[in-house]
Amino acid sequence: MTMQQLYLLVPAVPLAGAVIVGLFGPRLGRAVSHWLCILAVAAAFALSAYIWRDVSLGHAFNGDVYTWLQSGSLKLSIGFLIDPLTTTMMLVITFVSLMVHIYTVGYMADDPGYTRFFSYISLFTFSMLMLVMSNNFLQLFFGWEAVGLVSYLLIGFWYTRSTAIYANLKAFIANRVGDFGFVLGIGLVLAFFGTLDYTEVFAKAGGLAATTINLWGDTQWSLLTVVCICLFVGAMAKSAQVPLHVWLPDSMEGPTPISALIHAATMVTAGIFMVARMSPLFELSETALSFVTVIGATTALFMAFLGIIQNDIKRVVAYSTLSQLGYMTVALGVSAYSAAIFHLMTHAFFKALLFLAAGSVIIAMHHEQDLRKMGGLRKYMPITYWTAVIGSLALAGVPPFSGFFSKDAIIEAAHFSKIPGHGYAYFAVVAGVFITAFYSFRMLFLAFHGNERFDQSGQGHDDHAAAAGAQADADTGLHAASHDAGDEPDAHRHRGGPPKESPWVVTVPLILLAIPSVYAGWAYIEPMLFGPYFGDSIVVREEHAVLMEMRGEWHGALAFIEHGVLSLPFWLAIAGIAAAWYCYLVNPALPERLKKAAGPIYTLLDNKYYFDRFNDWFFAGGARRMGDFLSNTGDRSIIDGFFVNGSARVVGWASMLMRHIQSGYVYHYAFTMIIGLFALLSWWTLR
Amino acid sequence: MISMPYLSLAVWLPIIAGLAVLAVGRDRDAGAARWIALLGALVGFLVTLPLWLHFDAGTSAMQFVERTEWVPRFDLHYYLGVDGISMLFVLLNSLMTVFVVWAGWEVVQTRVAQYMGAFLIQSGLINGAFCALDGILFYMFFEAMLIPMYIIIGVWGGPNRVYAAVKFFLYTLVGSLLMLVALIYLYTVSETFSILDWYQVPLSMKVQLLLFVAFFLAFAVKVPMWPVHTWLPDAHVEAPTGGSVILAAITLKIGAYGFVRFILPIVPDASRYLSGFVITLSLIAVIYIGFVALVQGDMKKLIAYSSISHMGFVTLGFFLFSQLGVEGGLVQMISHGFVSAAMFLCVGVMYDRMHSRQIADYGGVVNTMPKFAAFMMLFAMANSGLPATSGFVGEFLVILAAVKVNFWLGLLAAVTLILGAAYTLWMYKRVIFGAIANDRVRSLIDLDRREFWMLAALAALVIAMGVWPKPIVDVMHASVANLLAHVAQSKL
Repeated sequence: MTMQQLYLLVPAVPLAGAVIVGLFGPRLGRAVSHWLCILAVAAAFALSAYIWRDVSLGHAFNGDVYTWLQSGSLKLSIGFLIDPLTTTMMLVITFVSLMVHIYTVGYMADDPGYTRFFSYISLFTFSMLMLVMSNNFLQLFFGWEAVGLVSYLLIGFWYTRSTAIYANLKAFIANRVGDFGFVLGIGLVLAFFGTLDYTEVFAKAGGLAATTINLWGDTQWSLLTVVCICLFVGAMAKSAQVPLHVWLPDSMEGPTPISALIHAATMVTAGIFMVARMSPLFELSETALSFVTVIGATTALFMAFLGIIQNDIKRVVAYSTLSQLGYMTVALGVSAYSAAIFHLMTHAFFKALLFLAAGSVIIAMHHEQDLRKMGGLRKYMPITYWTAVIGSLALAGVPPFSGFFSKDAIIEAAHFSKIPGHGYAYFAVVAGVFITAFYSFRMLFLAFHGNERFDQSGQGHDDHAAAAGAQADADTGLHAASHDAGDEPDAHRHRGGPPKESPWVVTVPLILLAIPSVYAGWAYIEPMLFGPYFGDSIVVREEHAVLMEMRGEWHGALAFIEHGVLSLPFWLAIAGIAAAWYCYLVNPALPERLKKAAGPIYTLLDNKYYFDRFNDWFFAGGARRMGDFLSNTGDRSIIDGFFVNGSARVVGWASMLMRHIQSGYVYHYAFTMIIGLFALLSWWTLR
Repeated sequence: MISMPYLSLAVWLPIIAGLAVLAVGRDRDAGAARWIALLGALVGFLVTLPLWLHFDAGTSAMQFVERTEWVPRFDLHYYLGVDGISMLFVLLNSLMTVFVVWAGWEVVQTRVAQYMGAFLIQSGLINGAFCALDGILFYMFFEAMLIPMYIIIGVWGGPNRVYAAVKFFLYTLVGSLLMLVALIYLYTVSETFSILDWYQVPLSMKVQLLLFVAFFLAFAVKVPMWPVHTWLPDAHVEAPTGGSVILAAITLKIGAYGFVRFILPIVPDASRYLSGFVITLSLIAVIYIGFVALVQGDMKKLIAYSSISHMGFVTLGFFLFSQLGVEGGLVQMISHGFVSAAMFLCVGVMYDRMHSRQIADYGGVVNTMPKFAAFMMLFAMANSGLPATSGFVGEFLVILAAVKVNFWLGLLAAVTLILGAAYTLWMYKRVIFGAIANDRVRSLIDLDRREFWMLAALAALVIAMGVWPKPIVDVMHASVANLLAHVAQSKL
């Protein structure tokens, strides 16, 4: 079997699993379905590992599978570009996907949509692989939209819940806003480069660096700036950057396994991957990089604040994902692409771990997600607890866990950068460290430490479900109220009793994810950031080469830790953990007092900076008002009422007049003829 | 090369089958009428297959040409032929006829023979319009096909069917009257009714502009373009499911086809001169109609408006005068044939059970009709232009072509990415998702075998065309290149 066939097999196997289970799942039964999907993804993982090794030996590949369409001289293809960047992504995707597949067996055990769920997540794995393996913009867009579709289907997986189907529509449309920019970027690439093939485009990029286009008036814009910003708008939606981030917190309406897989580890990082892949273009536009930096920094800092006040365990993790995506975006903006991919990888491990741990807690709590109703779970579920500790330490950036290395690298890169906006970015990512540590340990302490605040009889949850049901009837339309504490579906009947550790299908993925969360940092930082690992797949211009500057100060992972321990971010992380410990374990009354003291700020955070309300009023509401106006006034009154039915009436009147004229009396006709003749003659002589 | 008169078969077989069905007549023999209709539609489709299989994609010349004298006094010919532009529409139309017969199988219980007969005859007439290369022959087919549709809406339509049928008939008839004048004028200057010969006739700018207006009115009403679109939502709402399918999938395409068969090559200078005007109307159709679609409470109306918006992409693509744009427009026409047909069939499936098209009467259909919901999800996604469905291909190509001409043009066209998803998926959410809204939804029964395979066949077509559109686009290349050469060449 040739390597090309192996490449093809990687996405094809999960696709086959998805199609078979999707079509025949109910007939195959649960066990057959989940085994099919798990084996398919495991095969994809094994193949990815094999290909990764092959590529690391220097066997990159770039070639087409088939021609999708040809028009004139333009040839659009489906094809693969297999290089270190691709294989890294393939490994991360298939590994996390495999973990999530296994985990799902436990998490979704009681769900009537069990086989459908497996079909979807396998389909997702296929789509995501097609996205990262693409060698051209067309297939990138295919994968881009396909992962969006699966995300839509999975957020709305529990389709009877009004909040879920509100959230999935919102997610799809927000992503379409991003696609809007993305398609324009692709269109510009085609218009000026004449091809959509990566290598050809990148080869021509240098020659077009000085090209300008006229957008309005006399202002000349650098072509590459416009292209990169358009493409980045796509990334802003997919990777949930301000102001297109609004869909991600609501996406927590979906089942927890997909929150881990899609809305933390893989799909939301597609935008990061895309920009890294486009590094030869972005490198040529200072303005675009600056734009990326500022957006990323804003997301990193301001979304972190929101994580502090969330009480839904999944939403804490969701906001932390937003913030971490901001970190990656900052790394892209300061041209530290490999640092972005490095953080993407470590984040995929520890964030998937945190989500799955949160899911494990949710199972134990009988689908209660409110942190205020947890506490003291440490002793009931030790595996979940310890893996969550590892995940939180990694997220907070405590050495020697993986997050420390990747996050510190980004902070350093922002420090060394000279791109406009790097100062703001540096401040944001440093300040973000404290907040990140604070909210992650707040979550840990509230869930696992302190008093047991849950009601062991499991009562009270019924009221909650009933309230949610009432809500389901109440809100319809695009503007349904967004929810705080989500609740899992009716299918999950709680069983009561004290919380207990989750079954092995849940805990084994936790452990397997905890391992790379610990070691992936020190093990891979040197080759990925400072070595030739990525080869030609990432291009950095000399004046942006912050990582090369950092390389001068690189003396091994241990020295990096030593240096880190002496620097500000580390102490901020420690301070954040300490503050969380004080606020939630030592003096639990303090947060309430602070909340009151910080009244307006708290209100602002509680309303998530009013993004949702503005969007509902301006965009969703505005579009409907516009539609009503155009429909009623434009179509019904003006076109139909005046012109169409008006002409019909005119014809009616005219024929009524005609009827009077056709009286049948000869003298009427004769008289009319004489008058007419007279009028004509006078007009003719007098003109 | 090929001796069989495939085009004549494609035109006359359905008409003969339709007459045979009519002859069976009475409702007592409904079963026989159905089977004859199905047989006629199937054979009618099969005879069009050789058109594709034996098609020579290397040439832009007309193929399968049949030409005999008809009225020598006026040099009228029975002149048929297809090129890479028209051939696919003959296939599409013949295929859709099979779907319509299939869709009406058990649903139509009154005057079955007349219903089936009307569709078959209409199918033959439409094929005639796509194949005709003689101006008057085209005009006769073009006008004659109004009659079956008028009857279909007027007899099997909804409560307000008479208004809708008359509106449909008058709107399109008035639009096309000036076209007859234009055809006769072209005869007087060229002494022939051969459309292909008209491509070579030199015309002054003033004459070109007048001819443009005459043709444009006829075809713009058919497409329909904003602001002469208001007949379509009414016609769709009142038409029976089969009528909507043919109306959306095929009849609209005749209008767009007229642009590439008549306007662009016959009056190229006027077309170039007025391209900004047509592009503006197209973009209004895309955006304005997108907003209007968003607020419709009637599913059929919503899909009708969505059709107008999608057809805006077709005219937009044509008037960009690039290979990518024209091919994008043509692909969009074919894809829209599948997708709009599927959407109307989906509404038909629900209407047959609930006798309502109002979104507000539904909610939570997925709970009782999961298979149906899955199919409709696919078609809704295709309607919003998701990649790997046919709906993506045309839109994508046209947007790319538009950006190439002007960034802002592309930007305005790309608004459909957002609006298309918003109106389609918002409807889907309110109708299909959610908790069961009422007892009538609770008692719904999922697809029966006939409905299942009907939708499955369309789903396969939609996906196949999205995953590999190359075979469809390849047959167009030579003809589109030839068309663009005509457009580029001044006739002044």
